[in-house]
Amino acid sequence: MSIIQVELKKRILVIDGAMGTMIQRHKLEEADYRGERFKDWHLDVKGNNDLLSITKPEIIVGIHLLYLEAGADIIETNTFSSTVIAQADYDMQSLAYEMNVASAQCARKAIERFNEKHPEDASRPKFVAGAIGPLNKTLSLSPDVNNPGFRAVTFDEVVAAYTEQIKGLVDGGADILLVETIFDTLNAKAAIYAIKQFFRGKKELPIMISGTITDASGRTLSGQTLEAFYISVMHANPLSVGLNCALGAQEMRGHIEELSGIAACYTSSYPNAGLPNAMGEYDEQPHQTAHFIEEWAKNGWVNIVGGCCGTTPDHIKHIADHVRTIIPRKLPVLEEELV
Amino acid sequence: MFTKKLPCGKENITIVNLVFNLVFLVVKEKNMSTTIKPYLRLSGLEPLIVRPETNFVNVGERTNVTGSKKFARLILNNQYEEALSVARQQVENGAQIIDVNMDDALLDGVQAMTTYINLLQSEPDIAKIPVMVDSSKFEIIEAGLKCIQGRCVVNSISMKEGEEKFIDHAFICKSFGAAVVVMAFDELGQADTLKRKVDIAERAYKILTEKVGYNPQDIIFDLNIFAIATGLEEHNNYGVDFIEATRIIKKKYPLVKISGGVSNLSFSFRGNEHVRETMHSVFLYHAIKAGMDMGIVNAGQLVVYDEIDPSLKELCEDVILNRNNDNNEATEKLIAFAETVKAKGKVQVKDEKWREASVEERLKHALVNGITEYIDADTEEARVKYPKPLDVIEGPLMDGMNFVGDLFGAGKMFLPQVVKSARVMKKSVAVLTPFIEAEKEERRLAHIAAGTVNEEGAGAAKILLATVKGDVHDIGKNIVGVVLGCNGYDIIDLGVMVPTDKILDSAVKHNVDIIGLSGLITPSLDEMVHVAKEMKRRGMKQPLLIGGATTSRMHTAVRIAPEYGNGVIHVLDASRSVTVAGNLLSNDSKPALLKQLNEEYAKLKHGFDNKKSNKNYLSYQKALENKVNIDWTTYQPVKPQFTGTKVFDNFDLNELRHFIDWKPFFIAWEMHGNFPAILSDETVGKEATKLYNDANELLDIIIAEKWLHAKGTIGFWEAGSEGDTVKVKGVGNKTEGEEKTFNLEFLRQQIEKAPGQPNISLADFIRPISFTPPLGDRGDYIGAFAVTIDGIEPHIKAFEGNHDDYNKIMLQALADRLAEAFAECLHLKTRKEYWGYATDEHLTNDELIHEKYLGIRPAPGYPACPDHTEKYKLFELLNVTEAIGISLTESLAMYPASSVCGWYFANPQSQYYGVGKIQPDQVEDYANRKGMSIEEAEKWLRQNME
Repeated sequence: MSIIQVELKKRILVIDGAMGTMIQRHKLEEADYRGERFKDWHLDVKGNNDLLSITKPEIIVGIHLLYLEAGADIIETNTFSSTVIAQADYDMQSLAYEMNVASAQCARKAIERFNEKHPEDASRPKFVAGAIGPLNKTLSLSPDVNNPGFRAVTFDEVVAAYTEQIKGLVDGGADILLVETIFDTLNAKAAIYAIKQFFRGKKELPIMISGTITDASGRTLSGQTLEAFYISVMHANPLSVGLNCALGAQEMRGHIEELSGIAACYTSSYPNAGLPNAMGEYDEQPHQTAHFIEEWAKNGWVNIVGGCCGTTPDHIKHIADHVRTIIPRKLPVLEEELV
Repeated sequence: MFTKKLPCGKENITIVNLVFNLVFLVVKEKNMSTTIKPYLRLSGLEPLIVRPETNFVNVGERTNVTGSKKFARLILNNQYEEALSVARQQVENGAQIIDVNMDDALLDGVQAMTTYINLLQSEPDIAKIPVMVDSSKFEIIEAGLKCIQGRCVVNSISMKEGEEKFIDHAFICKSFGAAVVVMAFDELGQADTLKRKVDIAERAYKILTEKVGYNPQDIIFDLNIFAIATGLEEHNNYGVDFIEATRIIKKKYPLVKISGGVSNLSFSFRGNEHVRETMHSVFLYHAIKAGMDMGIVNAGQLVVYDEIDPSLKELCEDVILNRNNDNNEATEKLIAFAETVKAKGKVQVKDEKWREASVEERLKHALVNGITEYIDADTEEARVKYPKPLDVIEGPLMDGMNFVGDLFGAGKMFLPQVVKSARVMKKSVAVLTPFIEAEKEERRLAHIAAGTVNEEGAGAAKILLATVKGDVHDIGKNIVGVVLGCNGYDIIDLGVMVPTDKILDSAVKHNVDIIGLSGLITPSLDEMVHVAKEMKRRGMKQPLLIGGATTSRMHTAVRIAPEYGNGVIHVLDASRSVTVAGNLLSNDSKPALLKQLNEEYAKLKHGFDNKKSNKNYLSYQKALENKVNIDWTTYQPVKPQFTGTKVFDNFDLNELRHFIDWKPFFIAWEMHGNFPAILSDETVGKEATKLYNDANELLDIIIAEKWLHAKGTIGFWEAGSEGDTVKVKGVGNKTEGEEKTFNLEFLRQQIEKAPGQPNISLADFIRPISFTPPLGDRGDYIGAFAVTIDGIEPHIKAFEGNHDDYNKIMLQALADRLAEAFAECLHLKTRKEYWGYATDEHLTNDELIHEKYLGIRPAPGYPACPDHTEKYKLFELLNVTEAIGISLTESLAMYPASSVCGWYFANPQSQYYGVGKIQPDQVEDYANRKGMSIEEAEKWLRQNME
C-alpha cells in the first residue's frame, strides 16, 4: 500500500485550490511571463501560466506554499496546459516536457520548504499531483457543426502529447497523476492509455481521475451520464475518481452523492467557488464552500476535497478546518459473487 | 393489470408500488454500506450494467458489412450518413449494444471504422448504447477503440496466433478499458466440439485473469454457434455442444459471459426468415437457460418464444437439441415444414429514415440508391420549390448524378447500379418535361409578342449515338448512352440500323458535339469506315467515337482513323466513354488527347503495316494439300434421325434457362469474371449477385407471363466435300419443293503451320465426294440450325416508356442469353437424339460451355467461316425466315437481334478454329466459287485479308 493509500484510510485529504486565480493576483505583464529567456519570443505569451514555472518559478512555489500553509495535503502542478497540443497556441510545443519537469519541481520545492518550516506536521505527508489537463482539442466532438464526423485531433496525437507530459511529471517528481477537468471522456481515456503504456511492466504512480459535469443535465460535455463516465474510466484502476470545475458545490452535491454510491475507489471533489457572476468572477465565500463540503464529508461521500476555479488559500483553509475530524468515506466492499 | 390482493389484506397496493419500494429500499441501504457487485459494466453515453436479472443482452448485428448487404452497400458507396440509419434502427428495435464491423476487402477497414464510429458518436440516440468493435483485424479494432469514449466490447481476440499475441492484444484492449469477446479458437483452429470449447475457454480464462489482469466479468466467450440442419450428420450436435459448453463454463466461472453469433445457426435455411427467426428464438430459449448472456442478433427480428406455433417449435427443438434426429429425421421434417411456410415471410420493415431529409437529399438518395418509389412526388416537390423546372435538373438532379458518376468512376458503383440511377433520373426528368416545354412555349409566345428573338441558352453537350446500318445490336450502345446521360450529356439515340446519311443529317440538325457509332458484327466495321469517309467529305468537325464488340483499337487505327481528320477514338467500354467525352469537350484537353491518339494510332498502324510481312503464308494450292487428314476408311458417318428440317415453336423457356451461360451476361454489364465465381468476387460480387438476382426475377416474369417465344429450326442433309466446297442436297424455298444442290463455300487457313499441323477448312470435316464408300454406306451429312427469341419489342417499348433503361437492357441481355441457350440446347438434342451421333453423352452445363462435346456448330460470320453471306444459303436450306421469322439485314445481321444460326458438323475430329489471314489467290478462288466479283469478295472478307 502506498503512503497516500495509508493516509486516505485515516483521513479526508485536502487538495489545493485554483492556481490561475492566485497568479492573477500578481498582476503579471507580458515581460514577466517572458522573463530573460523568452524576451524575443515571436508570439505573446502572457496568459501562458504554465510557462511561469520556468520563467517565474518563485511565484509558483510561493502559491503552492500558500496552499500548503492553508492545509492542503495534495498540491497540483502548474501543468494544466503543458502539452504539445495546448502549447501550440504559443508555439511553445517544444517546451512542453520542460514545463512539466519544472512545474513538478516547483511543487516538490514548496513541499520541501513547508516540511522544513513545519517539522511538527511530519505525520501528515504532502503529495505532488501531476495535473493532466483536458487539452484545447477534443476527441469525441467535431469543431465543425456541418461535419459531425470530423475530429481536430487524433487519439494517437493525444496519446503522444500526454505521454510526453507524463514523462515530464514523473521526471520532475510527481507522486500522483491527476487526470482532471475531463469534459471529453475520450481525451481522458487517451491519457489513461498513455499512462498504462508508459508504466507497462513498471510500478505505476497512483492515478486520480476527475471529471466535469458541465450543466444541470448531469452529463459531461461529451454527453455521458456520470455513471457512464465512471464506467468508461474505471479501467484506469484509479486511486480516486471525482468531479471538479464547472459547478459550485451546491450544484455538484447530487452528483457527488451518486458517484459515492458507484465508485469502487476513493472519491474526490473540488468544486468551483460557486457559479461565476456576470463579470465572470466567483463570489462564494470560503465558509460557504466549506459548509457544503462538510455536509458531504459527514454523509460519507468523499475522501479528497478541495477547490477549483475561484477558490483561494482561504477557501482551502476553511475546507480543511471543517473536514479535519470527519471520518472519511470507506471504500466499498467489492464482492466476488453475483448474488 | 398488476393489481393483486395481498395476503395481509391491504388492498389497492400494486406490484408496481412494491417494486418501487424495493428499489427505494435498496438505494437507502446502499448509502449505509456500499457494496459493488462484479457485474459487467459497459457504457455509451449511458451505462449498461449486465446484472443477473438482465437475462439476455441483444447485440445489434446489422451495422456489419459482412452480415448486412444493405449496410455494406451504404458503406462501400461512402454513404456513411445513410448508414447511420441502420444503426439507429437497431437501437430503436431494442439493441443494447451495437456491433460494428467493417471487414470488407474493398474497404480500408481502419478508415471506414474511424469514419463511421466518429459519426456514430455524434448521434446521441445511437451513441447512448455501448459499441462492440468487431473485426478479425486487430488494427481495425484499435481504430474503433480510439474513437469511442464509452466502455466498449472488443469482438474478438483469440489464441489463433498463439499466446503471446493474445496477451499483447488483451493488454491493449485493457488499456482502452474494453471488455473482450474471446473466440473459442486456438492454434489448432476453431473449437467445434464440446471438449475443445471448454478447454480453450479455460486456458484463455487463466491467461486473461492471471497474466493480463482482466476481471472475470469483463471476459465474454464466443463459443462458436455453427450451422445445424445442414444435412451432414456431424453438424447435428453443434447446437447441443454450444448449450452444454455454456453450462459447463458458467458453472466453473460464473462471472464470465457467454455470447455467440446466433444467425449462423440457421444458415441452411437462408431465404426463409420465418423458420430462421423461429430457430433463433428456440435456440436462445435453451441457451439462455444454460447461461448464455448475450448474442449477436438482428434486434428487430426475434420471435417471442411463447408465440411460436407449437408444431414448428417442436420441430425446431428437435433439430436444435438433436432429438429424434437419427438419419437426419428431425432435419428432414423441419426442411419439409420450411417449404410450406416459405411464402409467409414477414414484411421487411423498410428503412425510411432518409425520407425525412431535405428534398435535395432525398433526390440524391433516390438517385444513388436507384429508388424510384418516391421520385415523382419528390420531383414535384422540388419543382414547386425551385424557381424553374430546369433548375431542378441542373441543381439537385445533376448533383446527384455527378455523385453517381464520381462513385462509378472511382469503382465504388458498378454498371447495373448506374443504370438504375439513370432510371430514376429519367423518371424525374419525365415529370419535369411538360413544365419545361410549357415554359419554353410561354417564352416563345412572349418573344413573339415582344418582337424579340428567342434565344435558348446553351444546354448540355450533345452526343449522338447510333448502331450503324445493317446492324441490329444495341445493348452496348444503350449502356454507353445511359452512362453518358448520367454524366450530364444530352443523348440523342438514333437506335439501330441507322444509315450514314441519317446519322450525319441528325448530327447537323441537332448540332451535336460528338458522334458515337456502335456495331457488333464484322460488316459494321466497313459501315463505320464509310461514316468516317462521309464525315470528311461533308467537312464535319465532331469527334467520332467507335465502340462495340467487333471494334478494336487496331481496326480503328488502321482503317477508320485515317479516313477522318477531326478525331476518331476507339472506346473500349462504357466507363471509358465518360472520360473520353469529357476530354473531347474540353478545349484544354482536346488537342492533347487527339495528338496523343494520333501518335498512338500512327504507331499501331505502322506496327500493323510492318507486321504483315512477318508471317509466312502458303499458296492456296499448298494449303489445300495440307488439309485435315481424316481416315475415311475407318470412319462411318452417322445418319441423322431425319433429313430435311424440323421446327420448334414456343420451345419451353424453363428448359432453356438451365442452358444459360451467364458469363457473357455479366460481360454485357461490364463485369468480367467467371460464373459463378463472380457472385462471390471480392470486388464486384455483391453487385453481381444483385444483378443475377434481378435477372432471375425478370426471367421468372418473362417465363410466367410468356413475354418471349423461343423459335428454332434444325435440319440435316446429305453432304459431300470437294475442295473447300461442301455440296448439300436440300430443298430450297426458292425451288418450290424441288431438291437442289447447295454449294457451301468455306475458307482455309493459309498461314504456314508447324510440320504435321493441317491448314484447316470446315470442308475437311465432311467426307469427300471422291471417296469411294464401302457397300451399305449411308454417306455423310451436314446439319444447320437457327434459333430466335421473339416478342421483345412491346416490352422494350414499355420499359422505354417507363424510362427504365435498367430493365430494358436487362431484357435485351436475357433475350441474347436465351437465344444462345436455345442454340446450346438444340445442339445437345441434336447430338444425342436428332442426329444421334453421341447418344451416350453426359455433360454438365459447364462442360457444354467449355465445348467439351463432340462435333461443332460454327456460325457464318465468325472465325471458322467468316463470310456472312453464307447465311443466305443456311437461311434457304432451313427456310428460316418463313419457319421462324428471322430476317437478314443488308449487312447480314439477323433480326430479331437475339438470334443465332450455324452449321452442324458431327465428325469427331471437327474442331473450332479461326481461318486467320488469307491471301489474294484464295480470295480469287473463293470469288469464283461464289460467283462474286473479287471486289465484293474482298469486301466481305476484309477482316481476313489485312
